[in-house]
Amino acid sequence: MKIRAQIAMVLNLDKCIGCHTCSVTCKNVWTSREGMEYAWFNNVETKPGIGYPKDWENQKRWNGGWKRKKNGKIEPRIGSKWRVLANIFANPDLPEIDDYYEPFTFDYEHLQKSPEMTAMPTARPRSLVSGERIEKIEWGPNWEEILGGEFAKRSQDYNFEGVQKEMYGEFENTFMMYLPRLCEHCLNPTCVAACPSGAIYKREEDGIVLIDQDKCRGWRMCVSGCPYKKIYYNWSSGKSEKCIFCYPRIEAGQPTVCSETCVGRIRYLGVVLYDADRIEEAASTPDEQDLYEAQLGIFLNPHDPAIIEQARRDGIADSWLEGARRSPVYKMAIEWKVAFPLHPEYRTLPMVWYVPPLSPIQSAAAAGKIGHDGEMPDVRSLRIPLRYLANLLTAGKEEPVALGLERMLAMRAYMRAKTVDGLIDEKIAQRVGLTGAAIEDMYKYMAIANYEDRFVIPTAHRETSEDALELRGSCGFSFGNGCATGNTETNLFGSNKRARNPMEIV
Amino acid sequence: MREVVNYLLFGWYPYVCITVLILGSIIRFDREQYSWRAKSSQFLRRRQMMWGSNLFHVGILVLLVGHFIGLLTPIGVFDGLGVTHDFKQIMALVVGGIAGVMAFIGCTLLLHRRLIDPRIRKTSSWADLAVLALLWVQIGLGLMTTVWTIDHLDGTEMLKFMGWAQGLYSLNPRAADLILDAYFIYKLHIVLGLTLFLITPFTRLVHIWSAPIWYLGRSGYQIVRSTGRRGQPAAESQGRPSTRTTPAEYPR
Repeated sequence: MKIRAQIAMVLNLDKCIGCHTCSVTCKNVWTSREGMEYAWFNNVETKPGIGYPKDWENQKRWNGGWKRKKNGKIEPRIGSKWRVLANIFANPDLPEIDDYYEPFTFDYEHLQKSPEMTAMPTARPRSLVSGERIEKIEWGPNWEEILGGEFAKRSQDYNFEGVQKEMYGEFENTFMMYLPRLCEHCLNPTCVAACPSGAIYKREEDGIVLIDQDKCRGWRMCVSGCPYKKIYYNWSSGKSEKCIFCYPRIEAGQPTVCSETCVGRIRYLGVVLYDADRIEEAASTPDEQDLYEAQLGIFLNPHDPAIIEQARRDGIADSWLEGARRSPVYKMAIEWKVAFPLHPEYRTLPMVWYVPPLSPIQSAAAAGKIGHDGEMPDVRSLRIPLRYLANLLTAGKEEPVALGLERMLAMRAYMRAKTVDGLIDEKIAQRVGLTGAAIEDMYKYMAIANYEDRFVIPTAHRETSEDALELRGSCGFSFGNGCATGNTETNLFGSNKRARNPMEIV
Repeated sequence: MREVVNYLLFGWYPYVCITVLILGSIIRFDREQYSWRAKSSQFLRRRQMMWGSNLFHVGILVLLVGHFIGLLTPIGVFDGLGVTHDFKQIMALVVGGIAGVMAFIGCTLLLHRRLIDPRIRKTSSWADLAVLALLWVQIGLGLMTTVWTIDHLDGTEMLKFMGWAQGLYSLNPRAADLILDAYFIYKLHIVLGLTLFLITPFTRLVHIWSAPIWYLGRSGYQIVRSTGRRGQPAAESQGRPSTRTTPAEYPR
C-alpha cells in the first residue's frame, strides 16, 4: 500500500444556478490571453446539450480516455505508444478550434467613429484569430444556454443513451440542469499517458495535474487523450494548457477561484487519501458499471489508525491527515455516497465529483397524482430521468444515483419534520440507511454550507521541499516565458516581447 | 575568385552553420525553453494537414536519414559490404526521388495552406513563412539535381560529394576543392541546406531535436512528481524550471 493525498472537489448540482461566475472569474485570472481566448478552464454547460467542445462526450468520435484490452490491460483509446507517435505529424483525433468556437470581438470603435447616418451604427463581429470580419456567429461559448437551439440538435447529447428521448422535446416534459466542468485531476489521467514529451505530471503531494510549460513541445496528444476535453492547445504559444486547480492558492490553503467565487456555494474542497498502488487495478475493472465502486474502493478511511500510521510512514503530514478527517469531500463522496464521478467509464478515475440534482416530480402533472414510495416521492418519477443522470455519473448504473437522490429527499423530509412539525423522525433516516445525526450533518454541509465546512484545505509543506534563501528575489508565478532572464527587446528566438521582471525594472 | 568563393561556401560556411546549429540550440534550450515547440497549426485548420504534414514529414525524414548515411559513411564501408557504386547511386536516386516527391507535394500543400488560409497566415510569424518557403525551394532543388544525376549513374559525381562531406568531419582543408567543378544546382542545394542548419536555432525547426522517441521506452504511463521530501528529486513548478535543493544539500 502506498498512501497519497489529493485535494478533491465536489460540486452540488442541486444548488447550481448556472450564473457562470466560476467561469468568468476563472477566465479573468487564467485565460484572458492571446491564444487562450477560446479556452475555458472552467465552463458551465446546460444539459441536455452537446456541450463544449461540441459532442465531447462521444468517445467513438474523439477517442478520449482509456480502453480495456482483451488481456485485461488498459491503454489510451487513441492507441498504443507506437500509434501515438505515428499520428504525431497530423493527429486524426484532434478537435479544430471551430469545435469549441472561433473567438471573436466586436468593432466597438465604430460606434464612436461612425459618421452621421440615417441608420444606427452597429458593432459587427470580428475574429480574434485572423482579425477578419465574421458575417454570422454560428457558435460560441455556452451556445446552448438554458436549452437554446432546437431539440434535434441538443438531443445528440450522449447521456440520452437508453432513454426514450422524444418526449423530452415537448415543452411540457422538458428538463434541464447545469453542469460546471473543469479538469478532473484524475488518479489515472490519460493526458499524462498520452504526452510523448512526458511534460504532464501529477503532483504527489496534492494530486494536482500540471503541464510543465518548458517541457511541452506542442505534440497535442494530450488534447485527444483527455476524454473531458479539458486540455487546451494555445495556438499562440504552441503549448497546451489546462486548469491548474489554482495551485498557488491551494498551496496557501485558499480555495480555487471558481470555488471561492461560487455564489451558490455549491463547491467543496477537501483531502481524500487513496492507495496509489491500486490505481491501475481499479482503472482496469472489467465492467464499466463497476468503475464507480472500484474507485470508491481505493479511497482510504482517514479515521482508521492503521491507515493513519501507514500515511505517516508514506510522508503525509499530520495537518493533512487532520484535513482528511474533516474533509467535506470524504463525507459526501464516501460516507454519505451522495456525490459521484463524472463519466467513470472513461477509466481515468476523476477526482471532481458531482451531487446529482433533484427535480420536480414528472408524473404529478400528467397523472394528477404524485408517484409515492411510502412517504417520499419515488426518485424514478423525477423530471430529470434517472437513467440520464446515471449515464452522466455512474456509467448507466441507476441504483447508486437513486440512493443518492433518496438520501437528499430524506434530508428534506427529516428537516421539514424537525423544523415545521417539531418532530425527530429517525425512521426517515433509517429508510435510506442513515442516522438522524448523519442527516443533520448532511444538512449542515449541503444546505447551510458554511465557508469553513466547504473548504478544508491544509497548506502545503513547502518548508520540507524548498529553501527560502534560494528563492529570495526570484520570479514569482508568471505566464508563458515571463520568468526568462534572456528577454531582450528583439527576441532572437521568436517569442513574444514581454513585460520585464519587476525586480529588474526597480 | 571562383576558388575563393568555392572555399568560403564549402570550406568555411559549413563549420559556421554547424557551430551555430549546435551552440544556438543549446543556448535556446537552456535559456528559452518555453519557446521550444513544434508550433503546429492543425488546431486552427485541419484542412490539407493530414496529407500535407504526413507526406512532408515522412518524406523529409527519409531524405535526412538518406543524406546522412549516404554522404557521411566512408565509401570503404560500402565497398566492404559489396555495395557497388552504381547500385548505391541508383538506390539514392530511387529512394531519394520517391521521398523527394512525397516531401515536395506535402511541402507544397503546407505552403499553400499557410499562404492562403487567413487564420494560418495571420498567426504565422515571418520566420514560419520563411522556413517553409526555404524548405520548398530546397526540396525543389534536390529534385532538380536528379536530372543531372541520371547522367552520372556510375556514381562518380556522388563520390565527389561524399569526399567533400567526409572531408569536413575529418577536417581536410582541401575538401572544398573536390566539388569545385560540380554543377551549380548541386552547389545551390548544398548552400541552402547549410543555411537551413544555420537558421534552425532561431525558428520552429528546433522541434527536430525533440522527436519524442523516448516515449516508446517510458515504463508504464503515469508520471508523478514529488516535492523532494525524503531525498527524492525536487519537483518543478509550471512555467519555470526549479533549481531547488533541500536544506540539507545547501552549502553552508
